[in-house]
Amino acid sequence: MRKANIPETITKRIIPCLDVREGKVTKGVAFQGNIDVGDPVEMARYYYENGADELVFYDITASNEKRNIMIDVVSAVADQIFIPFSVGGGLRTLDDMRKVLWAGAEKVSIDSGAVRNPQLITEGAKAFGNQCIVLSMQVKNVSSSRQIPSGYEIYIDGARRPMGLDAIAWATRGVELGAGEIVVNSIDQDGTKSGYELKLTKQIADNVPVPVIASGGAGNPQHLRDVFVESGADAGIVASITHYGEFSIDSIKTYLTAESVSVRSTW
Amino acid sequence: MIAIIDYNAGNLTSVQRAVNHLGFQAEITADPDLIQSAEKIIFPGVGAAKATMTTLRERGLDLILRQAFEVNKPMLGICIGIQILFHHSTEEDANCLGILPGQVRQFEARTGFKVPQIGWNMVHQTQPHWIFEGVPNPAHFYFVNSYYPIPDDDAIQIGTSHYTVGFCSVVAIRNLVATQFHLEKSGEVGLRMLTNFLKFTLLPDQG
Repeated sequence: MRKANIPETITKRIIPCLDVREGKVTKGVAFQGNIDVGDPVEMARYYYENGADELVFYDITASNEKRNIMIDVVSAVADQIFIPFSVGGGLRTLDDMRKVLWAGAEKVSIDSGAVRNPQLITEGAKAFGNQCIVLSMQVKNVSSSRQIPSGYEIYIDGARRPMGLDAIAWATRGVELGAGEIVVNSIDQDGTKSGYELKLTKQIADNVPVPVIASGGAGNPQHLRDVFVESGADAGIVASITHYGEFSIDSIKTYLTAESVSVRSTW
Repeated sequence: MIAIIDYNAGNLTSVQRAVNHLGFQAEITADPDLIQSAEKIIFPGVGAAKATMTTLRERGLDLILRQAFEVNKPMLGICIGIQILFHHSTEEDANCLGILPGQVRQFEARTGFKVPQIGWNMVHQTQPHWIFEGVPNPAHFYFVNSYYPIPDDDAIQIGTSHYTVGFCSVVAIRNLVATQFHLEKSGEVGLRMLTNFLKFTLLPDQG
Protein backbone atom coordinates (compact mmCIF):
# COMPACT_ATOMS: atom_id res chain seq x y z
CA MET A 1 0.00 0.00 0.00
CA ARG A 2 1.03 3.54 -0.68
CA LYS A 3 2.34 5.44 2.31
CA ALA A 4 0.44 8.70 2.89
CA ASN A 5 3.64 10.68 3.43
CA ILE A 6 5.22 9.65 0.12
CA PRO A 7 3.90 11.55 -2.89
CA GLU A 8 2.84 9.17 -5.60
CA THR A 9 5.03 9.35 -8.67
CA ILE A 10 7.54 7.28 -10.53
CA THR A 11 9.60 5.27 -8.04
CA LYS A 12 13.34 5.23 -7.50
CA ARG A 13 14.84 2.16 -9.13
CA ILE A 14 17.29 -0.35 -7.70
CA ILE A 15 19.30 -1.99 -10.46
CA PRO A 16 21.60 -4.93 -9.76
CA CYS A 17 24.54 -5.03 -12.13
CA LEU A 18 25.91 -8.32 -13.35
CA ASP A 19 29.37 -8.26 -14.89
CA VAL A 20 29.53 -11.18 -17.29
CA ARG A 21 32.71 -12.71 -18.65
CA GLU A 22 32.39 -15.54 -21.12
CA GLY A 23 28.91 -16.33 -19.84
CA LYS A 24 29.65 -16.14 -16.10
CA VAL A 25 28.90 -13.37 -13.60
CA THR A 26 31.87 -11.79 -11.88
CA LYS A 27 32.31 -8.75 -9.68
CA GLY A 28 35.52 -6.88 -9.53
CA VAL A 29 36.89 -4.37 -7.09
CA ALA A 30 37.97 -1.18 -8.85
CA PHE A 31 37.61 -3.01 -12.16
CA GLN A 32 40.35 -5.49 -11.29
CA GLY A 33 40.72 -8.94 -9.76
CA ASN A 34 37.42 -10.39 -10.95
CA ILE A 35 36.07 -13.52 -9.32
CA ASP A 36 33.26 -15.83 -10.41
CA VAL A 37 29.98 -15.41 -8.59
CA GLY A 38 27.52 -17.31 -10.67
CA ASP A 39 25.29 -18.07 -13.55
CA PRO A 40 23.73 -14.93 -15.09
CA VAL A 41 20.32 -16.48 -15.74
CA GLU A 42 20.10 -17.84 -12.18
CA MET A 43 21.17 -14.55 -10.70
CA ALA A 44 18.73 -12.65 -12.92
CA ARG A 45 15.92 -14.90 -11.76
CA TYR A 46 16.89 -14.43 -8.12
CA TYR A 47 16.81 -10.65 -8.53
CA TYR A 48 13.56 -10.76 -10.50
CA GLU A 49 11.88 -12.67 -7.69
CA ASN A 50 13.47 -10.49 -5.04
CA GLY A 51 12.04 -7.22 -6.41
CA ALA A 52 14.82 -5.73 -8.54
CA ASP A 53 13.34 -2.98 -10.71
CA GLU A 54 15.67 -3.54 -13.61
CA LEU A 55 18.91 -5.33 -14.37
CA VAL A 56 22.08 -4.39 -16.16
CA PHE A 57 24.54 -6.79 -17.72
CA TYR A 58 28.03 -5.69 -18.68
CA ASP A 59 29.86 -8.01 -21.00
CA ILE A 60 33.48 -7.88 -19.92
CA THR A 61 34.59 -10.68 -22.22
CA ALA A 62 37.98 -9.74 -23.54
CA SER A 63 38.07 -11.63 -26.82
CA ASN A 64 35.81 -10.75 -29.70
CA GLU A 65 35.27 -14.35 -30.81
CA LYS A 66 33.61 -15.17 -27.49
CA ARG A 67 31.17 -12.26 -27.60
CA ASN A 68 28.39 -14.35 -29.08
CA ILE A 69 28.15 -16.18 -25.75
CA MET A 70 26.64 -12.96 -24.42
CA ILE A 71 23.88 -12.97 -27.03
CA ASP A 72 22.85 -16.43 -25.82
CA VAL A 73 22.87 -15.19 -22.22
CA VAL A 74 20.72 -12.19 -23.15
CA SER A 75 18.26 -14.38 -24.97
CA ALA A 76 18.03 -16.89 -22.09
CA VAL A 77 17.45 -14.06 -19.61
CA ALA A 78 14.80 -12.43 -21.81
CA ASP A 79 12.88 -15.72 -22.04
CA GLN A 80 12.50 -15.90 -18.26
CA ILE A 81 12.79 -12.43 -16.77
CA PHE A 82 10.00 -9.93 -17.35
CA ILE A 83 11.48 -6.70 -16.10
CA PRO A 84 13.59 -4.35 -18.23
CA PHE A 85 17.29 -4.98 -18.57
CA SER A 86 20.10 -3.29 -20.41
CA VAL A 87 23.24 -4.76 -21.85
CA GLY A 88 26.57 -3.05 -22.27
CA GLY A 89 30.21 -3.80 -22.85
CA GLY A 90 32.00 -3.74 -26.15
CA LEU A 91 29.13 -2.30 -28.17
CA ARG A 92 30.76 -0.37 -30.97
CA THR A 93 28.37 -0.41 -33.90
CA LEU A 94 24.68 -0.12 -34.69
CA ASP A 95 24.77 -3.80 -35.57
CA ASP A 96 26.20 -4.70 -32.13
CA MET A 97 23.26 -2.85 -30.56
CA ARG A 98 20.69 -4.45 -32.84
CA LYS A 99 21.90 -7.97 -31.96
CA VAL A 100 21.52 -7.32 -28.24
CA LEU A 101 18.09 -5.71 -28.61
CA TRP A 102 16.78 -8.49 -30.83
CA ALA A 103 18.03 -11.00 -28.29
CA GLY A 104 15.56 -9.37 -25.89
CA ALA A 105 17.33 -6.54 -24.06
CA GLU A 106 15.23 -3.44 -23.41
CA LYS A 107 18.16 -1.02 -23.67
CA VAL A 108 21.78 -0.89 -24.68
CA SER A 109 24.45 0.72 -22.57
CA ILE A 110 27.29 2.33 -24.46
CA ASP A 111 30.46 3.66 -22.87
CA SER A 112 33.94 3.72 -24.40
CA GLY A 113 32.44 3.12 -27.85
CA ALA A 114 30.41 6.34 -27.52
CA VAL A 115 33.41 8.38 -26.37
CA ARG A 116 35.40 7.18 -29.37
CA ASN A 117 32.49 7.68 -31.74
CA PRO A 118 29.80 10.02 -30.36
CA GLN A 119 27.70 9.51 -33.52
CA LEU A 120 26.98 6.02 -32.20
CA ILE A 121 24.60 7.62 -29.68
CA THR A 122 22.69 9.46 -32.40
CA GLU A 123 22.58 6.48 -34.75
CA GLY A 124 21.29 4.27 -31.95
CA ALA A 125 18.67 6.80 -30.86
CA LYS A 126 17.43 7.22 -34.44
CA ALA A 127 17.22 3.49 -35.03
CA PHE A 128 15.76 2.35 -31.70
CA GLY A 129 14.54 5.48 -29.90
CA ASN A 130 16.27 7.60 -27.24
CA GLN A 131 14.79 5.48 -24.43
CA CYS A 132 16.88 2.55 -25.71
CA ILE A 133 20.21 4.31 -25.47
CA VAL A 134 21.86 4.45 -22.07
CA LEU A 135 25.09 6.44 -21.98
CA SER A 136 27.38 4.99 -19.33
CA MET A 137 30.32 7.07 -18.17
CA GLN A 138 33.44 6.13 -16.18
CA VAL A 139 34.36 9.16 -14.13
CA LYS A 140 37.38 9.95 -11.98
CA ASN A 141 37.98 12.81 -9.59
CA VAL A 142 40.95 14.87 -10.85
CA SER A 143 42.17 18.35 -10.11
CA SER A 144 40.11 21.03 -11.76
CA SER A 145 41.65 22.53 -14.88
CA ARG A 146 40.65 24.55 -17.93
CA GLN A 147 40.02 21.34 -19.78
CA ILE A 148 38.21 19.69 -16.86
CA PRO A 149 36.43 22.57 -15.06
CA SER A 150 34.27 20.27 -12.91
CA GLY A 151 37.26 18.25 -11.73
CA TYR A 152 35.56 15.10 -13.02
CA GLU A 153 37.20 13.43 -15.99
CA ILE A 154 35.91 10.78 -18.39
CA TYR A 155 37.93 7.57 -18.63
CA ILE A 156 37.45 4.67 -21.01
CA ASP A 157 38.62 1.08 -21.50
CA GLY A 158 37.93 -0.24 -18.02
CA ALA A 159 38.97 2.98 -16.25
CA ARG A 160 42.44 2.75 -17.77
CA ARG A 161 42.49 5.62 -20.23
CA PRO A 162 41.84 9.31 -19.35
CA MET A 163 40.20 11.21 -22.19
CA GLY A 164 40.70 14.86 -21.23
CA LEU A 165 36.94 15.23 -21.35
CA ASP A 166 34.86 16.90 -18.64
CA ALA A 167 32.17 14.58 -17.25
CA ILE A 168 29.46 17.24 -16.98
CA ALA A 169 30.11 18.44 -20.53
CA TRP A 170 30.09 14.87 -21.83
CA ALA A 171 26.81 14.03 -20.08
CA THR A 172 25.17 17.15 -21.52
CA ARG A 173 26.50 16.40 -24.98
CA GLY A 174 25.42 12.77 -24.71
CA VAL A 175 21.82 13.80 -24.05
CA GLU A 176 21.91 16.27 -26.94
CA LEU A 177 23.13 13.45 -29.16
CA GLY A 178 20.20 11.27 -28.10
CA ALA A 179 20.99 9.38 -24.89
CA GLY A 180 17.82 8.56 -22.94
CA GLU A 181 19.50 7.82 -19.61
CA ILE A 182 22.91 8.44 -18.08
CA VAL A 183 24.82 6.01 -15.88
CA VAL A 184 27.44 7.72 -13.73
CA ASN A 185 30.13 5.25 -12.64
CA SER A 186 32.55 6.62 -10.12
CA ILE A 187 35.93 4.95 -10.60
CA ASP A 188 37.02 6.25 -7.19
CA GLN A 189 34.04 4.75 -5.36
CA ASP A 190 33.71 1.52 -7.32
CA GLY A 191 34.15 -1.50 -5.06
CA THR A 192 34.77 0.58 -1.92
CA LYS A 193 31.30 0.09 -0.40
CA SER A 194 31.70 3.54 1.14
CA GLY A 195 28.81 5.21 -0.72
CA TYR A 196 28.08 6.65 -4.14
CA GLU A 197 29.92 9.75 -5.37
CA LEU A 198 27.15 12.13 -4.24
CA LYS A 199 28.61 15.39 -5.50
CA LEU A 200 29.37 14.04 -8.96
CA THR A 201 25.95 12.38 -9.25
CA LYS A 202 24.18 15.55 -8.17
CA GLN A 203 26.09 17.66 -10.68
CA ILE A 204 25.10 15.35 -13.50
CA ALA A 205 21.48 15.01 -12.31
CA ASP A 206 21.15 18.80 -12.06
CA ASN A 207 22.51 19.27 -15.56
CA VAL A 208 20.68 16.72 -17.70
CA PRO A 209 16.92 16.41 -18.40
CA VAL A 210 16.98 12.59 -18.54
CA PRO A 211 17.10 10.01 -15.72
CA VAL A 212 20.46 9.57 -13.99
CA ILE A 213 21.60 6.22 -12.63
CA ALA A 214 24.28 6.27 -9.93
CA SER A 215 26.90 3.54 -9.93
CA GLY A 216 29.88 2.58 -7.81
CA GLY A 217 30.23 2.51 -4.05
CA ALA A 218 26.94 1.18 -2.67
CA GLY A 219 27.73 -0.53 0.63
CA ASN A 220 24.45 -0.32 2.52
CA PRO A 221 20.81 0.81 2.07
CA GLN A 222 21.56 4.28 3.42
CA HIS A 223 23.91 4.90 0.50
CA LEU A 224 20.95 4.45 -1.85
CA ARG A 225 18.81 6.80 0.23
CA ASP A 226 21.59 9.41 0.12
CA VAL A 227 22.05 9.28 -3.64
CA PHE A 228 18.27 9.47 -4.23
CA VAL A 229 17.51 12.21 -1.71
CA GLU A 230 20.72 14.25 -1.73
CA SER A 231 21.90 13.83 -5.31
CA GLY A 232 18.56 13.46 -7.07
CA ALA A 233 19.50 10.20 -8.80
CA ASP A 234 16.62 8.33 -10.38
CA ALA A 235 18.15 4.90 -9.93
CA GLY A 236 21.05 3.23 -8.16
CA ILE A 237 23.14 0.33 -9.33
CA VAL A 238 24.05 -2.30 -6.75
CA ALA A 239 26.36 -5.27 -7.05
CA SER A 240 28.52 -6.56 -4.21
CA ILE A 241 26.06 -5.66 -1.42
CA THR A 242 23.38 -7.85 -2.94
CA HIS A 243 25.39 -10.43 -4.93
CA TYR A 244 26.68 -12.13 -1.80
CA GLY A 245 23.38 -11.93 0.09
CA GLU A 246 24.54 -9.28 2.55
CA PHE A 247 21.37 -7.31 1.75
CA SER A 248 18.31 -8.33 -0.23
CA ILE A 249 16.57 -5.92 -2.61
CA ASP A 250 13.51 -6.43 -0.47
CA SER A 251 15.27 -5.32 2.72
CA ILE A 252 16.78 -2.29 0.98
CA LYS A 253 13.29 -1.27 -0.16
CA THR A 254 11.86 -1.68 3.33
CA TYR A 255 14.57 0.67 4.59
CA LEU A 256 13.94 3.20 1.79
CA THR A 257 10.17 3.19 2.39
CA ALA A 258 10.79 3.99 6.05
CA GLU A 259 13.00 6.85 4.85
CA SER A 260 10.09 8.20 2.73
CA VAL A 261 11.72 7.25 -0.57
CA SER A 262 9.16 6.07 -3.11
CA VAL A 263 10.00 2.55 -4.31
CA ARG A 264 8.10 -0.28 -5.96
CA SER A 265 7.03 -2.20 -2.89
CA THR A 266 4.97 -5.05 -4.29
CA TRP A 267 5.76 -7.37 -7.18
CA MET B 1 -3.06 -17.44 -33.87
CA ILE B 2 -2.19 -14.24 -32.05
CA ALA B 3 -0.76 -11.57 -34.31
CA ILE B 4 1.81 -9.11 -32.98
CA ILE B 5 1.73 -6.20 -35.40
CA ASP B 6 5.13 -5.42 -36.87
CA TYR B 7 5.33 -1.71 -37.49
CA ASN B 8 9.03 -1.14 -36.90
CA ALA B 9 8.31 0.12 -33.41
CA GLY B 10 10.80 -2.11 -31.69
CA ASN B 11 10.23 -4.07 -28.53
CA LEU B 12 8.43 -6.75 -30.50
CA THR B 13 10.42 -9.74 -29.34
CA SER B 14 9.79 -8.86 -25.68
CA VAL B 15 6.06 -9.22 -26.12
CA GLN B 16 6.49 -12.41 -28.11
CA ARG B 17 8.76 -13.89 -25.45
CA ALA B 18 6.23 -13.06 -22.74
CA VAL B 19 3.39 -14.61 -24.75
CA ASN B 20 5.45 -17.75 -25.37
CA HIS B 21 6.41 -17.95 -21.70
CA LEU B 22 2.71 -17.99 -20.84
CA GLY B 23 2.18 -20.98 -23.12
CA PHE B 24 0.62 -19.24 -26.13
CA GLN B 25 1.90 -18.79 -29.66
CA ALA B 26 2.24 -15.40 -31.25
CA GLU B 27 3.56 -14.39 -34.62
CA ILE B 28 5.19 -11.04 -35.40
CA THR B 29 3.71 -9.98 -38.71
CA ALA B 30 2.91 -7.10 -41.03
CA ASP B 31 0.87 -9.33 -43.37
CA PRO B 32 -2.69 -7.91 -43.60
CA ASP B 33 -4.19 -11.33 -44.38
CA LEU B 34 -2.56 -12.98 -41.39
CA ILE B 35 -3.64 -10.15 -39.13
CA GLN B 36 -7.19 -10.32 -40.43
CA SER B 37 -7.37 -14.04 -39.80
CA ALA B 38 -5.75 -13.80 -36.35
CA GLU B 39 -7.83 -14.60 -33.30
CA LYS B 40 -6.32 -11.75 -31.34
CA ILE B 41 -4.13 -8.78 -32.11
CA ILE B 42 -1.40 -7.20 -30.01
CA PHE B 43 0.13 -3.90 -31.10
CA PRO B 44 3.07 -3.20 -28.83
CA GLY B 45 6.11 -1.09 -28.97
CA VAL B 46 7.93 2.08 -28.39
CA GLY B 47 8.34 4.77 -30.97
CA ALA B 48 7.04 8.08 -32.19
CA ALA B 49 3.35 8.48 -33.13
CA LYS B 50 4.04 10.02 -36.51
CA ALA B 51 6.59 7.45 -37.66
CA THR B 52 4.37 4.67 -36.37
CA MET B 53 1.34 5.98 -38.28
CA THR B 54 3.42 6.41 -41.43
CA THR B 55 4.57 2.79 -41.28
CA LEU B 56 1.04 1.55 -40.56
CA ARG B 57 -0.37 3.48 -43.55
CA GLU B 58 2.42 2.28 -45.86
CA ARG B 59 1.61 -1.30 -44.93
CA GLY B 60 -2.15 -0.76 -45.12
CA LEU B 61 -2.40 -1.72 -41.49
CA ASP B 62 -4.31 1.38 -40.35
CA LEU B 63 -7.38 0.09 -42.19
CA ILE B 64 -6.87 -3.44 -40.91
CA LEU B 65 -6.73 -2.21 -37.31
CA ARG B 66 -9.87 -0.06 -37.73
CA GLN B 67 -11.66 -3.03 -39.30
CA ALA B 68 -10.53 -5.35 -36.51
CA PHE B 69 -12.03 -2.94 -34.01
CA GLU B 70 -15.27 -2.76 -36.03
CA VAL B 71 -15.65 -6.55 -36.03
CA ASN B 72 -14.87 -6.58 -32.30
CA LYS B 73 -11.69 -8.65 -32.47
CA PRO B 74 -9.84 -8.84 -29.12
CA MET B 75 -7.03 -6.30 -29.33
CA LEU B 76 -4.32 -5.24 -26.91
CA GLY B 77 -2.36 -2.01 -27.41
CA ILE B 78 0.82 -1.32 -25.46
CA CYS B 79 2.64 2.04 -25.02
CA ILE B 80 2.64 3.67 -28.47
CA GLY B 81 -0.17 1.17 -29.10
CA ILE B 82 -2.53 3.06 -26.77
CA GLN B 83 -1.58 6.47 -28.15
CA ILE B 84 -2.22 5.78 -31.82
CA LEU B 85 -5.80 4.66 -31.02
CA PHE B 86 -6.82 8.26 -30.49
CA HIS B 87 -7.61 10.96 -33.04
CA HIS B 88 -4.52 13.05 -32.68
CA SER B 89 -1.15 13.29 -30.94
CA THR B 90 0.66 16.56 -30.35
CA GLU B 91 3.89 14.61 -30.98
CA GLU B 92 4.92 16.11 -34.34
CA ASP B 93 1.21 16.92 -34.87
CA ALA B 94 0.35 13.34 -35.84
CA ASN B 95 -3.07 12.23 -36.97
CA CYS B 96 -3.65 8.79 -35.53
CA LEU B 97 -6.12 5.94 -36.02
CA GLY B 98 -9.12 7.75 -34.57
CA ILE B 99 -10.63 4.57 -33.16
CA LEU B 100 -11.10 6.36 -29.85
CA PRO B 101 -12.14 10.02 -29.46
CA GLY B 102 -9.43 11.97 -27.69
CA GLN B 103 -5.94 13.44 -27.79
CA VAL B 104 -2.40 12.54 -26.83
CA ARG B 105 -0.30 15.20 -25.11
CA GLN B 106 3.21 15.60 -23.74
CA PHE B 107 4.16 15.74 -20.07
CA GLU B 108 5.29 19.23 -19.21
CA ALA B 109 8.94 19.18 -18.17
CA ARG B 110 9.48 20.76 -14.78
CA THR B 111 11.80 20.49 -11.82
CA GLY B 112 11.89 17.01 -10.40
CA PHE B 113 10.19 15.44 -13.40
CA LYS B 114 12.34 13.98 -16.13
CA VAL B 115 10.61 13.56 -19.48
CA PRO B 116 10.22 10.81 -20.59
CA GLN B 117 9.20 9.19 -17.36
CA ILE B 118 11.19 5.97 -17.19
CA GLY B 119 10.43 3.49 -14.46
CA TRP B 120 7.75 2.03 -12.24
CA ASN B 121 4.61 4.03 -11.55
CA MET B 122 1.37 3.17 -9.80
CA VAL B 123 -1.76 2.18 -11.70
CA HIS B 124 -5.12 2.64 -9.99
CA GLN B 125 -8.00 0.62 -11.35
CA THR B 126 -10.91 3.03 -11.69
CA GLN B 127 -13.39 0.48 -13.02
CA PRO B 128 -13.63 -3.28 -12.64
CA HIS B 129 -12.59 -5.10 -15.80
CA TRP B 130 -11.59 -8.65 -16.77
CA ILE B 131 -8.09 -7.48 -17.71
CA PHE B 132 -7.49 -6.68 -14.00
CA GLU B 133 -8.52 -10.08 -12.67
CA GLY B 134 -6.00 -11.12 -10.01
CA VAL B 135 -4.09 -7.82 -10.27
CA PRO B 136 -3.66 -5.86 -7.00
CA ASN B 137 -5.17 -2.39 -6.96
CA PRO B 138 -3.12 -0.26 -7.02
CA ALA B 139 0.01 -1.90 -8.44
CA HIS B 140 3.26 -0.70 -10.01
CA PHE B 141 3.92 -1.10 -13.73
CA TYR B 142 6.88 -0.18 -15.94
CA PHE B 143 6.45 3.00 -17.99
CA VAL B 144 8.57 4.67 -20.66
CA ASN B 145 6.66 7.63 -22.07
CA SER B 146 6.78 11.34 -22.78
CA TYR B 147 3.17 11.48 -24.00
CA TYR B 148 -0.11 10.34 -22.46
CA PRO B 149 -3.67 9.86 -23.73
CA ILE B 150 -6.65 12.03 -22.81
CA PRO B 151 -9.85 10.22 -23.80
CA ASP B 152 -12.91 12.41 -24.48
CA ASP B 153 -15.08 9.79 -22.89
CA ASP B 154 -14.34 9.00 -19.22
CA ALA B 155 -16.25 5.75 -19.55
CA ILE B 156 -13.39 4.09 -21.47
CA GLN B 157 -10.78 4.97 -18.85
CA ILE B 158 -10.30 2.00 -16.52
CA GLY B 159 -6.88 2.81 -15.04
CA THR B 160 -5.13 6.02 -14.01
CA SER B 161 -1.63 7.05 -12.92
CA HIS B 162 0.11 10.21 -11.83
CA TYR B 163 3.23 11.92 -13.07
CA THR B 164 3.37 15.68 -13.73
CA VAL B 165 -0.41 15.36 -14.04
CA GLY B 166 -2.92 12.62 -13.42
CA PHE B 167 -3.28 10.66 -16.64
CA CYS B 168 -5.14 7.78 -18.20
CA SER B 169 -2.96 4.65 -18.19
CA VAL B 170 -5.48 1.97 -19.24
CA VAL B 171 -8.44 2.17 -21.61
CA ALA B 172 -10.99 -0.48 -22.52
CA ILE B 173 -13.96 -0.54 -24.82
CA ARG B 174 -15.71 -3.64 -26.12
CA ASN B 175 -12.89 -6.17 -26.78
CA LEU B 176 -10.14 -3.58 -27.01
CA VAL B 177 -7.78 -2.97 -24.09
CA ALA B 178 -4.74 -0.71 -24.17
CA THR B 179 -2.11 0.24 -21.60
CA GLN B 180 0.36 3.11 -21.52
CA PHE B 181 2.80 0.94 -19.56
CA HIS B 182 4.76 -2.10 -20.73
CA LEU B 183 2.92 -5.03 -19.22
CA GLU B 184 5.44 -7.38 -20.83
CA LYS B 185 8.17 -5.76 -18.69
CA SER B 186 6.16 -5.27 -15.50
CA GLY B 187 6.97 -8.50 -13.72
CA GLU B 188 4.30 -10.88 -12.49
CA VAL B 189 1.48 -8.30 -12.36
CA GLY B 190 2.11 -7.46 -16.00
CA LEU B 191 2.17 -11.13 -16.97
CA ARG B 192 -1.11 -11.55 -15.12
CA MET B 193 -2.75 -8.88 -17.28
CA LEU B 194 -1.26 -10.44 -20.40
CA THR B 195 -2.61 -13.84 -19.33
CA ASN B 196 -6.05 -12.31 -18.82
CA PHE B 197 -5.94 -11.01 -22.38
CA LEU B 198 -4.65 -14.29 -23.83
CA LYS B 199 -7.28 -16.35 -22.01
CA PHE B 200 -10.13 -13.97 -22.72
CA THR B 201 -12.87 -15.52 -24.80
CA LEU B 202 -15.55 -13.55 -26.56
CA LEU B 203 -18.82 -13.24 -24.79
CA PRO B 204 -21.57 -14.79 -26.95
CA ASP B 205 -23.66 -11.62 -27.04
CA GLN B 206 -20.80 -9.47 -28.29
CA GLY B 207 -19.80 -8.88 -31.85
